[in-house]
Amino acid sequence: MISVHHEGKVGLVILLLLLFLPQVTAAFDQAYLVSTATRILIYAIAALSLNLILGYGGLVSFGHSAYLGVGAYVVGILGFHEFEGSTFLGVPGTLNAWVTFPLAVLISALFAFLIGALCLRTRGIYFIMITLAFAQMIFYLFVSLEQYGGDDGLMMMSRNVFSGLDLEDGETYYLLTLIVLGACAWLFRRIVDSRFGRVLQGGKQNELRLTTIGIAPYPYKLAGFVIAGAGAGLAGALLANHMEFVSPDFMHWTRSGDLLIMVILGGIGTWTGPILGTTLFLLLEEFLPVLFHELGWSLLSEHWRIVFGPTLILIVLFARGGLHALLFHEEE
Amino acid sequence: MALLEVRHLRKSFGALNASDDLSLSVEPGEAHALIGPNGAGKSTLISQLSGTLEPDAGEIRFAGQDLLKVPAAKRAHLGLARSFQVTSLFPEFTALENVALAIQALQGHSFSFLRSVKSDRSLHEPALEVLQTVGLASEAHRQAQTLAHGQQRQLEIAIALALNPKLLLLDEPMAGMGAEGSRTVVDLLQRLKGAVTMLLIEHDMDAVFAVADRVSVLVYGSVIATGTPDEIRQNPEVQTAYLGEHELHVEG
Amino acid sequence: MILFIEQLLNGVQFGMFLFLVSAGLTLIFGIMGVINLAHGSLYMVGAYGTALGMSWTGSFWGSLLIALPASALVGWTIEKLIIRLLYTRDHLDQVLATFGVILFLNELITILFGRSPLFLSIPEELSASLEILPGLNYPLYRLLIILVGLLVAAMMRWMITRTRAGMLIRAGTTHREMVEALGVNITLLNTGLFVTGAVFAGFAGAMAGPLVSVGVGMGEGLLILCFVCIVIGGVGSTKGAFVGSLLIGIVDTLGRAFLPDVLKVFLPPATAAGVGAGVSSMLVYILMALVLTFRPEGLFPVKGRKAA
Repeated sequence: MISVHHEGKVGLVILLLLLFLPQVTAAFDQAYLVSTATRILIYAIAALSLNLILGYGGLVSFGHSAYLGVGAYVVGILGFHEFEGSTFLGVPGTLNAWVTFPLAVLISALFAFLIGALCLRTRGIYFIMITLAFAQMIFYLFVSLEQYGGDDGLMMMSRNVFSGLDLEDGETYYLLTLIVLGACAWLFRRIVDSRFGRVLQGGKQNELRLTTIGIAPYPYKLAGFVIAGAGAGLAGALLANHMEFVSPDFMHWTRSGDLLIMVILGGIGTWTGPILGTTLFLLLEEFLPVLFHELGWSLLSEHWRIVFGPTLILIVLFARGGLHALLFHEEE
Repeated sequence: MALLEVRHLRKSFGALNASDDLSLSVEPGEAHALIGPNGAGKSTLISQLSGTLEPDAGEIRFAGQDLLKVPAAKRAHLGLARSFQVTSLFPEFTALENVALAIQALQGHSFSFLRSVKSDRSLHEPALEVLQTVGLASEAHRQAQTLAHGQQRQLEIAIALALNPKLLLLDEPMAGMGAEGSRTVVDLLQRLKGAVTMLLIEHDMDAVFAVADRVSVLVYGSVIATGTPDEIRQNPEVQTAYLGEHELHVEG
Repeated sequence: MILFIEQLLNGVQFGMFLFLVSAGLTLIFGIMGVINLAHGSLYMVGAYGTALGMSWTGSFWGSLLIALPASALVGWTIEKLIIRLLYTRDHLDQVLATFGVILFLNELITILFGRSPLFLSIPEELSASLEILPGLNYPLYRLLIILVGLLVAAMMRWMITRTRAGMLIRAGTTHREMVEALGVNITLLNTGLFVTGAVFAGFAGAMAGPLVSVGVGMGEGLLILCFVCIVIGGVGSTKGAFVGSLLIGIVDTLGRAFLPDVLKVFLPPATAAGVGAGVSSMLVYILMALVLTFRPEGLFPVKGRKAA
């Protein structure tokens, strides 16, 4: 096990190694893995953002996928109007990533602000239920948007355009996402170590004391909620481009549950935990059915999800430290 | 003018009058102890002073200001700091980080997102000083939840002290401590005397007599007597209230 | 007008389903301090139990004899295996562990019954309509649901306010340790409470079978609405659950039925239809947002509760 002190360096090394993934997979004729990897990176960003409020802030938000969905739909809707030559409330569509991405982040942050402002007036069980309920509301909102495909979702005719880069190329897109993930991991670490981060963690440990020393917790929790929402929105924008498709399924409440699993699987309240958890979760999702099929266990290969339930329960009950605890040890 | 003026405070929980026409005043610079039998309503009073409980009626004035109009999170900034009877720390933070957060709260610049707190000398140096004052400097880098009970009680006080308070509300600072721990705290309080105004709730009569300038006695939610420690010891009403409890029979 | 009353009754009937599921849920939160995401799964078990019962016995009453014990058994198993390990855990652990139970049960049902939804029909004996008002024929089956719901509500009210068990439940909501210290077998109380909640939920599912499509995931959609009912009503309060459920049932049903028409007064028809559909599905959440703004503890908060 490595000391957590070196976590940053280990992360950087792995990041640099991952730059070569496209070449390596091409050499083994498994180029499709780049697409899988991109998906993992995107969800890792969402998991990192959830970890900020969940792991460090102690806020059990069971509606985080809603903000990912909002970010995705911003990109999808803008792309739709660009293709149709129509406008959304007077605003023309666009494929320019310099517009779509910041807008996606901004609008998901706005949703997070409005919903967070309400949810954070409650705590404990109420809070969890209400985040779930509002996420469901957003799900129904987008299902009802017939113009944008409703239940079936919306296909994008092409990916966004980012300066000179050809985002249609899988490898290029992968590298872009990798860099964004690296930047996010760095950014969230800075936030956690900042004065704001201290308040967030203090509030998680002892909200009463925080108030008594003169800090009202609400504004900080809300700010954290908004930042987390923005991060999920960024992931959503990346996901929409990656899949060239957006659908309300992105924000189904079970996706929020998946995000929670990713965070806890990797190690809640740790720096790289969310990335580890996302990787394991999505790799299992992708390859468990294949594995069972290879083993000839046809029932399980079709119903591999049945393994997820009990596994999750076992981890929650007995292995709370997640993958992070397996790889790193605390310094003392 | 008194630093703290409590007038006719009332707080009921159903049929129980935890604060029953409670009046009390604390003069600037004094060490004022509040004693009373269990269940007299001492912690209820402290909670109303710190803002975590709202009185049903009555007035609280702090440095001339109506305190009831001030929300709990702002009272520390007015100069009112409290420590808790049941230890209330940030358990996963180190002792230093606990105190540093209090100093950060006082400084008021907490919406800072990118600068690392670890290299912030404006927090760590004052925090270390406070730890030295209470005698915990050697444990600065230990996680609060790993500290011994007595050390945690010291940290309790340190956090309140870090707020540079005009009035220090100490709710049974020696709760659960042995003889030596109590001596350490008494030493600390004696050093703080005069520099910081204190309202001290305590059961430990040795401490009260060693530290207090004045003592108020709280029984069934109201103050039945206020005076110097000697006056109080000889007060017949107070003796009746404490009948059967051995704590009042103190040497010296 | 006739249409309005019909939809109003539908709303009340829907509210009864919500109440049957919410009541158990709120008591489990309130007394055991456990948030059980898998409560909706018990509703689903009731529905599938009825489907199974129908195919085995062909009789509605026979299928109830299958569905209710099935819900009780599944509930009992969940409590014994998993819930009792969660009493001392924090909310995140409870949420995740019970989410795991959902995943497991959903997949199990898929293995046993396949992925396609099942369609049950209202039993012969109960498929008549009653003329409850001149010009209004209302299905007997739905009236029965309303009746049963009211009966259960009354029974619950009686039990909680007038029996010893009820007193323990009310005490347990705010003073758990005290109840334990009095020598009450908290384990038995908890299991009993959980299984009772499971049976109510299963019963709702059994009755709902013929009215909605029986499919995997039906429980969760309802569960989230139950959360809204409980939040509006106040966690731990069965009175709150009842009022909240009725309110949500009526608002949701009336909203879906009439909002598009109401909007047609202000907007062009095509837009009105689209916006109407969208807004009516969000109506209950907007209602919840309003309640949260003005009364974050709900309409009937249980006084003296420790922090949720």
